[in-house]
Amino acid sequence: MKNDVHQPMPPAEVETPVYSTLNLGPTHPATHGIFQNVLKMDGEIVIDAEQTIGYIHRAFEKLAEHRPYYQITPLTDRLNYCSSPINNLGWMMTVEKLFGIEMPKRVDYMRIILMELARITDHLICNSVIGVDSGALTGFVYVFQEREKIYEIYEEVSGARLTTNMGRIGGFERDLSPKAIKKIRELLDHLPKVLREFEKLLKRNRIFMDRTIGVGPITAERALNYGFTGPNLRAAGVDYDVRVAQPYSSYGDFDFEIPIGTHGDTYDRFCVRQEELWQSLKIVRNALDNLPEGPYHADVPEIYLPPKEDVYSKMESLIWHFKIVMGEVNPPVGEVYHAVEGGNGELGFYLVSDGGRTPYRLHFRRPGFIYYQAYPEMIRGGVLSDAILTMSSMNVIAGELDA
Amino acid sequence: MIDNQHILESLSGKFSSEILQQEVLYGILTVTVSPAVLHDTIQFLKETERLEFEFLTDLCGIHYPDQEDPFGVVYLMYNMRENTRVRIKTFLPKENPSIPTVTDLFSAANWMERETYDFYGVNFMGHPNLIRILNVEYLDYFPLRKEYPLEDPTREDKDNRFFGREASV
Repeated sequence: MKNDVHQPMPPAEVETPVYSTLNLGPTHPATHGIFQNVLKMDGEIVIDAEQTIGYIHRAFEKLAEHRPYYQITPLTDRLNYCSSPINNLGWMMTVEKLFGIEMPKRVDYMRIILMELARITDHLICNSVIGVDSGALTGFVYVFQEREKIYEIYEEVSGARLTTNMGRIGGFERDLSPKAIKKIRELLDHLPKVLREFEKLLKRNRIFMDRTIGVGPITAERALNYGFTGPNLRAAGVDYDVRVAQPYSSYGDFDFEIPIGTHGDTYDRFCVRQEELWQSLKIVRNALDNLPEGPYHADVPEIYLPPKEDVYSKMESLIWHFKIVMGEVNPPVGEVYHAVEGGNGELGFYLVSDGGRTPYRLHFRRPGFIYYQAYPEMIRGGVLSDAILTMSSMNVIAGELDA
Repeated sequence: MIDNQHILESLSGKFSSEILQQEVLYGILTVTVSPAVLHDTIQFLKETERLEFEFLTDLCGIHYPDQEDPFGVVYLMYNMRENTRVRIKTFLPKENPSIPTVTDLFSAANWMERETYDFYGVNFMGHPNLIRILNVEYLDYFPLRKEYPLEDPTREDKDNRFFGREASV
């Protein structure tokens, strides 16, 4: 007996989603650097992203194995080129740690001034670019004027603007000139006004808040698992700062606060950076007011390149110059890891020395390389324009990413 | 407060026979373990109470061509609450250097392992996507191995004798 009643129902017609592929980058004006993301899109919603990096890979770790220590400083310039002095001085501190050299207080304070100025430029670029990507160009123009003034200070100290090659292993090549100090003082007077104006434009701006709050969030747990450091980690609510956890270069002398966020979204990252700008200004002001007297380099002829005029006129300086340049100075055998708080996170240098002229192995722990991995997870489920904002708020720098 | 002594005692209590070397280098305890227990060591350091190295700061390779096991992989772990670092090393044989991945413990290890593979050819077993990351995919050598010269030795436009050198290394 046939029983047609129990025939299965025909399957309901389900609309299978049609995903489209969008190639964001490698050279897209909204990504500020060479980043390629192949996005899988459902309409305007990002379903998944696949990153391709390495477009400006320059083999710095291989090059560093063939360069004497003082020639590696220019390579570090080109990692996070928005805050080159931090990279330069971080590398020099690594070598000094290997040699076991203590710096005079004046050098430490000068370094802190320059590193905090570099942090200011880094955060200014990042935060103003968040503004640009959300449609507010005005703030960008305001703060770039100030960034220019900081570059003039770099120029006064080191002779260069972007790739600074600042200082030397063992100290600085010259003291802070009165003109440089005057320029820093002028900046300290003027920058707060500009910053307040910039904050007035964006911080409580309804449109900006709507565009950034809840965009690209990450929890503290995931951020730690992804190896986040710097403002991105602090925006997620973890108060880790290398300057406080492992104070280097006399950061222990200074009183400053570590701002943290709660949600780890774009707005929190913006606010953390904005507050860090104020803290950096405070540190620069303190360091400049309490700048100790004394030599501007340590008394370490075996590693500190002597001034050029001495090389031409003094026998001893000539000998040391020759020894350093020709690689006759034998560094200690050992392995050292030194971390500094870079503009966007913990910048670490893992240096293995076998006593030779060049490092046996030098590995840069680039913060951007490590936390950029989390990008697909952060943009999934959001719209494309939020993905752009998330990327600019993460402060990924192509030079550092690709080393 | 955990100190190097405590970390070392915990590790040797668990993996006594597999610890090949231990030393303190510039304040960081450096423990060399055999590759067989590497994943267990990292997991032990991450998940054991009063160790809790929950942050993988760094992972990179290193090449000692003269050693019996030339390829090293170096893990730098960090305990944020106690502000302590520990470095774990392991050395792999020349032929088919393979090691289990730690991406199941740390998402951060994904690209760092890909970078190590890209530079040294270390095979991280179980890695979700072990392809080159910084170099082009069709590269047929591992550029950070010591035998690979910095400059192309077949170059003819640059005569090294004019630079006071015999051959480019």
